[in-house]
Amino acid sequence: MQKAVLTGERFTQGDIAAAEGALAAGCRFFAGYPITPATEIAERMAYRLPRIGGRYIQMEDEIASCTAVVGASYAGVKSMTATSGPGVSLMNETIGLAVMTETPMVLVNVMRGGPSTGQPTEASQSDIMQAKWGSHGDYEIIALIPSSVQEMFDLTIQAFNLSERFRVPAFVLADEIIGHMRERLVIPPEDEIEIVNRKKPTVPPEEYLPFKAEEDLVPPMATFGEGYHFYATGLTHDERGYPVMDEEAQLALVPRLCDKIRKNADKITRAENTETEDAEILLVAYGGEARTALRAVKDARANGIKIGLFRPISVWPFPKEQLKEAAANAQHVVVAELNYGQLVGEVERVIRNEVPVHLIPRVCGTPHTPDELMKEIRRRIN
Amino acid sequence: MDRLVVISGIGCTGRASGYFAADSYHTTHGRAIAFASGVKVANPDLKPVVISGDGDLFAIGGNHFIHAARRNVDMLVLCVNNFNYGMTGGQMGPTTPDSAITVTSPDGNIEHPFNLVSVAAASGAVFVARWTALHARRLTKSIEKALQKKGFKFIEVISPCPTLYDRYNRYGSGLDVMKKYREISVIRNFTDPMKAEIDYRTRIVCGEFVDTEKPEFTDLLAQQSDRLQKR
Repeated sequence: MQKAVLTGERFTQGDIAAAEGALAAGCRFFAGYPITPATEIAERMAYRLPRIGGRYIQMEDEIASCTAVVGASYAGVKSMTATSGPGVSLMNETIGLAVMTETPMVLVNVMRGGPSTGQPTEASQSDIMQAKWGSHGDYEIIALIPSSVQEMFDLTIQAFNLSERFRVPAFVLADEIIGHMRERLVIPPEDEIEIVNRKKPTVPPEEYLPFKAEEDLVPPMATFGEGYHFYATGLTHDERGYPVMDEEAQLALVPRLCDKIRKNADKITRAENTETEDAEILLVAYGGEARTALRAVKDARANGIKIGLFRPISVWPFPKEQLKEAAANAQHVVVAELNYGQLVGEVERVIRNEVPVHLIPRVCGTPHTPDELMKEIRRRIN
Repeated sequence: MDRLVVISGIGCTGRASGYFAADSYHTTHGRAIAFASGVKVANPDLKPVVISGDGDLFAIGGNHFIHAARRNVDMLVLCVNNFNYGMTGGQMGPTTPDSAITVTSPDGNIEHPFNLVSVAAASGAVFVARWTALHARRLTKSIEKALQKKGFKFIEVISPCPTLYDRYNRYGSGLDVMKKYREISVIRNFTDPMKAEIDYRTRIVCGEFVDTEKPEFTDLLAQQSDRLQKR
């Protein structure tokens, strides 16, 4: 029998690292539909899951894939799907359902160029806002952005842990660069991997209220077949889970769904600083583009330029406090992203008008080179 | 009862899942079968029953229906067919008969309707039956039989919509419609589903049309997985 956690070092692809991260996190159900550049995740899961007692199902479309994942999660199994932007467009209906019924689940979006069919085989970071706002209504979600093959593995585990902890769908928002690149991956021993599981009810079935939150705003979750005989619906519902169409019910539910993420943001947000302490120029970049940015910062530092890199690792919720801190001495904030300007809006909301915020967008399917990036930074600052 | 999971979509029948003292889930429009597939594959000990309407299962959810039937995923799908979208006010749908009046076919429906038992049989269902709301005892027996059987099972239940469809088409009260069912329905077990006629005005062929055996999806998955784990 194959092992679920393939402890050791290997040279592998980002997409495969995401699949292995999911298995290490305890994922035993995958439903998906082929799409470039995320297909390798489904292929890996189709090969690996049956060998470790899990289940893979290829559905008829992304709507069905995402919905089957919600069903599987309610059946008590950690579950995931993987796709790219066009697939997420179809999944957004069910992402709303998953938010409303507080379903732990992970979605990997290996981003390609859009709109529509766009550039299937090229890199992009143009689904940042889709991840946050794709489904209708007020809600909050979790999205983590990896910058390496190692982080594809690590952040997929963290996405599962956060999703289970807060009963909310969590995205691993990779770009095609990270999804398809190959580099070293170190998988730790199984007992060194931190695993978080959903809270279970501690009361007998007759006392169980499926949507009654505890102090952390998250309700314990029973699963099908445990004898709790509960009901869940995408309609606005009360603590019993039954539809209620009045003001009080909506007021009790929607703010809690948002606040369980907003008020726990300190436990979810994460970011990485490089040379930010004395930085007069703060460069903000994430995912594949952060690798270019890191090289540019190192080269510029060698030339005496006081520049630092702020890399959001969680984009939703956005690491506001960490950005404020990193930008404390900055006279210019520069956002480089592989889209036509998405996360820059969040940066502006944090920086306000205290210092200029410049955007370096790129929508052609490839990242900047470090020299190009530095040239663009100079052009904006002078 | 602990193994039963009742799942529904959206619409008048979509509310059905909320009436059971069992594990139950009310999905978005059309997605009950996709949800049920996830439930069954993730935990094969569970027994999903999908209850939904004709519009939910065969328009917006049509793709999920044919593919779950093709895979032969173990679930019972009960379709309450009232020939229109009732919850939204009586619009035409995929089962609305030829020339019928609805609020979105005010001059008569010109679309060709699905014959649901034929769609189910052609898609691979191992058990296919049709009854009207009048055939309560026979319907109950078919449900019992279907629940004992493994694979994708489909039962169509022709149902009155006295407030909308039946009113627009002047079929009278709910009771009048039930009388009409008695008058025009005939029981023809094992009729070829393609020929199981359904005409709301003249003839509704009822009965159990398909009862066959075929390897079930989650059984096949388990067999494959067990074999691979022994390697």
